[in-house]
Amino acid sequence: MAVNTQAIGKEYEPSVYAVGREKIKEYARAVGETNPVHLDVEAARQAGYDDVVAPPMFAVVFGGPAMVPALFDPEVGMNFAQMVHGGQEFEWGAPVVAGDEITTTVSVKEISERDGRGYYIYESRSTNQRGEEVTRGTWTHIVRGV
Amino acid sequence: MPEGTLTAEQWQVGAEIPELRVTPDKFLTVRYAGASGDFNPIHIDEEFAKAVGLPGRILHGLWTMAQVARAETEAAGGPEHLKRLSVQFRGMGAPEQEICVTGTVREVRDGRVIVDTVAEQSGNQIVRNAEAELEL
Repeated sequence: MAVNTQAIGKEYEPSVYAVGREKIKEYARAVGETNPVHLDVEAARQAGYDDVVAPPMFAVVFGGPAMVPALFDPEVGMNFAQMVHGGQEFEWGAPVVAGDEITTTVSVKEISERDGRGYYIYESRSTNQRGEEVTRGTWTHIVRGV
Repeated sequence: MPEGTLTAEQWQVGAEIPELRVTPDKFLTVRYAGASGDFNPIHIDEEFAKAVGLPGRILHGLWTMAQVARAETEAAGGPEHLKRLSVQFRGMGAPEQEICVTGTVREVRDGRVIVDTVAEQSGNQIVRNAEAELEL
């Protein structure tokens, strides 16, 4: 077995992300959202939110910085030249709105080998300033020719 | 109710969600890089992408996943309905070619539905085996 599985279960330092109103709007425009709850504070408030609402996939914006040290961890030792992002899953809980502070913790869920490919699976858990879980992510990276 | 939203009675096994068609423009990957923080040069630098053996700059897989998410939330009538989404990335998406997201309801139970979804571009499934769970 060529993959190093020692890092399974390893947890990284939590990363805190302050959600900005203009950042949500910038992201929403980049992914083509037209729902005004993402783009217009008044519309969001009329819909019962405190501020503009992050589109579900904004989870990659506040989760991304937490993923970086995990992806580049030498103890995991992924070969980036042969790596592809093979799969992604998110589960969503409480909505994220501008003004929230999101804390994300990443851990190594699985490292395995199958048919000459390495599978590196990370889990991220993101909670808001009230301790409510907002997203749980499963990030699957596949490395060819391990 | 926004246009393109299914009514309660329309969420039946076998029903299709409204097709989402989108053509990422030439500079989309640059805007998405800025919006998401993912500045991997394979998405924004044509020469770099070619130097590492790609046909050219490729789309961010997570942008394409966001199109799948949007197809689900538009069908359900808002972002709060999407409870889970899992996808597999296969192949590569390219700028300036239309992407089509289609989905079929596989399961309806206790106010939750499972939608099987794919995103295709030029005949290739760039997101496949996508499974969305929506709360109605």
